[in-house]
Amino acid sequence: MDNQSSSSSLKLCSHKNANRPSRAVSDPKVRQVGFITPNDPPPEPTQSSATGSSPPVSVHNSPVGTLSPVMIPPLGHASENLSATLRLLSGHPFPVPSTQRPIAETSPMRVSPSSKNGWDGEFSRDLTSPRRARGGNPRGAVDIGAAMMGRTNINTVPVVNMPPGLSVSEKNRAVIVSHALSKPLKERTSKAERRALQEHQRARKAAALKEESGESNRCASAAGKPSPSKKEGASGSSVAASDKKVAYRSLGSRDRKKVLPHDMQRVEKSKRDIAVHEQIKGVEFFGHFPQDVQRKKLALLESKFFQHDQMHPAVFKVGLLFLAGDISGGNSRCIAMLQAFRDAINDYSTPPEKDVFPDLTDKIGSYVSFLKECRPLSVGMENAIKFLKNRIGKLHWTTMQKTRLGFSLTDSEATATLQSDIDYFINQRIILADKGPHFSEKKGTLFSEKKGIVDYAVTKIEDKDVLLTYGSSSVVEMLFVYAHKLGKKFQVVVVDSHPMLEGQSLLRRLVAKGIACTYTHINAVSHVMCDAKKVFLGASSVLSNGTVYSRIGTASVAMVAHQLRKPVLICCEAYKFHERARLDSICCNELGDPDAILKVRGRRDSDHLSNWADVENVQLLNLLYDTTPSEYVTAIVSDYGIVPPTSAPLILRLYKDEVDR
Amino acid sequence: MWSRSASFILDKRQQPPLDHDQKKLTPPIKMADALQNPKNPTSPSNISAYYQTRAEHHAVVSSDWLAQAQAAVLGETPETHRRSVRDGGGKPFSVIEEFNYWRKKPDLAEAVAAIMALAAVIRCSEATTMMELEIELTEASNTLKSWDTTSISLSAGCDLFMRYVTRTSALEHEDIFSAKSRLIERGERFGEISLKARKTIAMLSQDFIFDGCTILVHGYSRVVLEVLKTAAAGGKNFKVCCTEGRPDRTGLRFSKEMATLDVPVKLLIDSAVAYTMDEVDMVFVGADGVVESGGIINMMGTYQIALVAHSMDKPVYVAAESYKFARLYPLDQKDLSPALRPIDFGVPIPSKVEVEKSARDYTPPQYLTLLFTDLGVLTPSVVSDELIQLYL
Repeated sequence: MDNQSSSSSLKLCSHKNANRPSRAVSDPKVRQVGFITPNDPPPEPTQSSATGSSPPVSVHNSPVGTLSPVMIPPLGHASENLSATLRLLSGHPFPVPSTQRPIAETSPMRVSPSSKNGWDGEFSRDLTSPRRARGGNPRGAVDIGAAMMGRTNINTVPVVNMPPGLSVSEKNRAVIVSHALSKPLKERTSKAERRALQEHQRARKAAALKEESGESNRCASAAGKPSPSKKEGASGSSVAASDKKVAYRSLGSRDRKKVLPHDMQRVEKSKRDIAVHEQIKGVEFFGHFPQDVQRKKLALLESKFFQHDQMHPAVFKVGLLFLAGDISGGNSRCIAMLQAFRDAINDYSTPPEKDVFPDLTDKIGSYVSFLKECRPLSVGMENAIKFLKNRIGKLHWTTMQKTRLGFSLTDSEATATLQSDIDYFINQRIILADKGPHFSEKKGTLFSEKKGIVDYAVTKIEDKDVLLTYGSSSVVEMLFVYAHKLGKKFQVVVVDSHPMLEGQSLLRRLVAKGIACTYTHINAVSHVMCDAKKVFLGASSVLSNGTVYSRIGTASVAMVAHQLRKPVLICCEAYKFHERARLDSICCNELGDPDAILKVRGRRDSDHLSNWADVENVQLLNLLYDTTPSEYVTAIVSDYGIVPPTSAPLILRLYKDEVDR
Repeated sequence: MWSRSASFILDKRQQPPLDHDQKKLTPPIKMADALQNPKNPTSPSNISAYYQTRAEHHAVVSSDWLAQAQAAVLGETPETHRRSVRDGGGKPFSVIEEFNYWRKKPDLAEAVAAIMALAAVIRCSEATTMMELEIELTEASNTLKSWDTTSISLSAGCDLFMRYVTRTSALEHEDIFSAKSRLIERGERFGEISLKARKTIAMLSQDFIFDGCTILVHGYSRVVLEVLKTAAAGGKNFKVCCTEGRPDRTGLRFSKEMATLDVPVKLLIDSAVAYTMDEVDMVFVGADGVVESGGIINMMGTYQIALVAHSMDKPVYVAAESYKFARLYPLDQKDLSPALRPIDFGVPIPSKVEVEKSARDYTPPQYLTLLFTDLGVLTPSVVSDELIQLYL
């Protein structure tokens, strides 16, 4: 399916440029499989790994650890795309071990069809089970074309993307050294490999058909080369790849910018995602989500630390923490992000010949896309960013008004205002939205008279209640602790699920506070639900149709509760509401590490599927979120009170009125 | 919200001239006595004062009596009463007394009485700062609320008054006297709207009563009565089925009212609702309170009628004034402060038998079709939106 879509989009591209002479720059030796990246990667450094123009991977201090720095950048670069190339070059923070350099340089752009054979299979296997990728022999040279497959955001594979605008000769000099592979390249072809080959053959044929329209002679002839046998499959695929490449190339960067720059970027991105998805074995329906390549990204980003010269260290740190999963949970992630932005704004100084506000907006934008790269943003974070950008815009406007009147606002004053705005968001929209004012009294100041979620929800907790919760929500935890503090006698049933097992930490904290708890897994939810009186759940986001987007498993719990006529209360701060309406969890979601659902803690004999990547008819799906339809939700507790799910748009409106004021 | 209140419909209509001959008629002695000494809700029997008052009202209520009583209320204008309150001079002002004064008027809902009483609090206040006045008001409303904790409309009326009257931006820049007069003005306007609410609702709901329909009514709701009266006066032909309304037999009284209006009426025992439902076109109920979920709290039996109607796809219409909008969100039937009421079974009940004395139940919004309020005709989900905005 993916193949078809890819070839059809290819056709689209070639049609657009049918009347354009192709630039025909591809070195015949350069071979490509899959999609290539656009010639001009988006300017933000943060997008670099996502776009595939990823800088060299150095895994010196990464958790994976055993991989070695792998790339020697091209020696020269064309001036036209200086910045991108510079990034590529300057970014390498670690000295390349001298032992590797000669090897790399003496193996320039080798075309080795034999080594090419089975590349895909190896590749995907490496990606999906990176443990195996550790240690072992250096692979030797990998041709640059393969690196340009556009799958480079799987970064355990030390691939590099062509810096755009490089000439062929320069490309030839760009050499990549391999990373470790436990197996020799020419091992047996696995099923997956064979399958990959087949797919590429098919793709090639399709491409060839299109190329016959006569757009590029060269391509047509190249594509026309028959490769009937399986043995020749590898070379065939490479040809197909070069076709594609040409097709893309012919869409020169300038033209592309003229024609739908955003759409093109988006198309490219989705294609890349699909390509990644093809490579990481995934479930077809969910191919459009960013794949979980956490470990790979972590290695990459850590290596890039010194390269992001524009990236504020606080933002970078937060990004890494997101990526490693050390900060999870909507609120803590949002707070961490905002505090990082605050630090960044604090340290901000306006560069010469630049205006503070546009530059700051750009900066924030680049930080955001960096964080996005680390992990998709939650709705709450998106709203927080929207708030911040809005404030910058407003400040800009008022400053302009003031300067017209003769006053001037210094940049430091502006940044101070923005910092206080961020503080406002953190305090009022997140912390006090949860807690209400009573917690802040110990500081002697009453921040606001507004009640918080906890104040509203605690009225629904009575003595002798059995309260069920799922996963670990910070608000729900706060609620239970507060109710306990008020002396209410109740029990908590913590329902948890594999693989996150977030409930265990919640359980530990609740038990430490002296709350009577029961812990169970979601498998038993239909049983424990009979005893429960009320169900309190957290949410990642509430959508305008009342649908609740939350940790995977929430929908099942809510459904069971609904079936057994137990009231389901969703605790969600107003800043997490979103005007989108969603009906299912397919259109928007996040994927976790598929390996995580294979491992069972404390059981050794459960690795039946440890080689699942090799098994053709197995796909693993580790979704992180699901959507609960509003009919299963009795009420939503927000900082504006307890409302039925049908009133989500109202909360959204009130929040907007208040924040935009 | 009050500015877009649908009460403008009424303003266009000419008020019928009142019969001033009867205006000095006083309510029956027995009734007045009962009201002046209402049982304290905190008494050990724990009987809901709200239902007691209503029962006492109902014991004497008939339509001509209502007309007289209304005339009496209108005859003694707030102006004269105000003077009497102020002239009371020596003895301190008590909001409860004021409240009881207004409560005596049988056609006046408890909430409106509370609103009137609170307006009087502002008038009599000797506060010299806004803060003082606000504290005074809050205290008064808390006293009223604690006087009868089971009455939803009472506390809702107090809350809404506080919101409506005290939350105006103009107050901040004015001196205490103009601010106070502004508050009084607002308070009176609020009271006026509340008084007119019932008529507004009656006007709004006329479109839903079609010729030849059969309406099932549960309980004795003054709003529903007003609606049906208006419909009958408008020359509509419709039939009414009244439930008996155990234990206080409010349905009997309602059917009597209908009979005097020459509306064909049929009386059912409460358990015959499902049996009758297929010949019914719509269900009309009042409400003790409208809650944030969009559901209603009403006399016991409303929930089961709504369930039956829902399963037979009959519309359930609720007529409720907006001062009954309460900031409550019941999750289930038991999630309410219980309002208890004695039930007379006619025979002695053995001591081992437990009797369910609760006087009201909660009907979730999914079983309601529309709510007729003085803010307009609303679906249950819009009610919750309005409610949140009312209280924000």
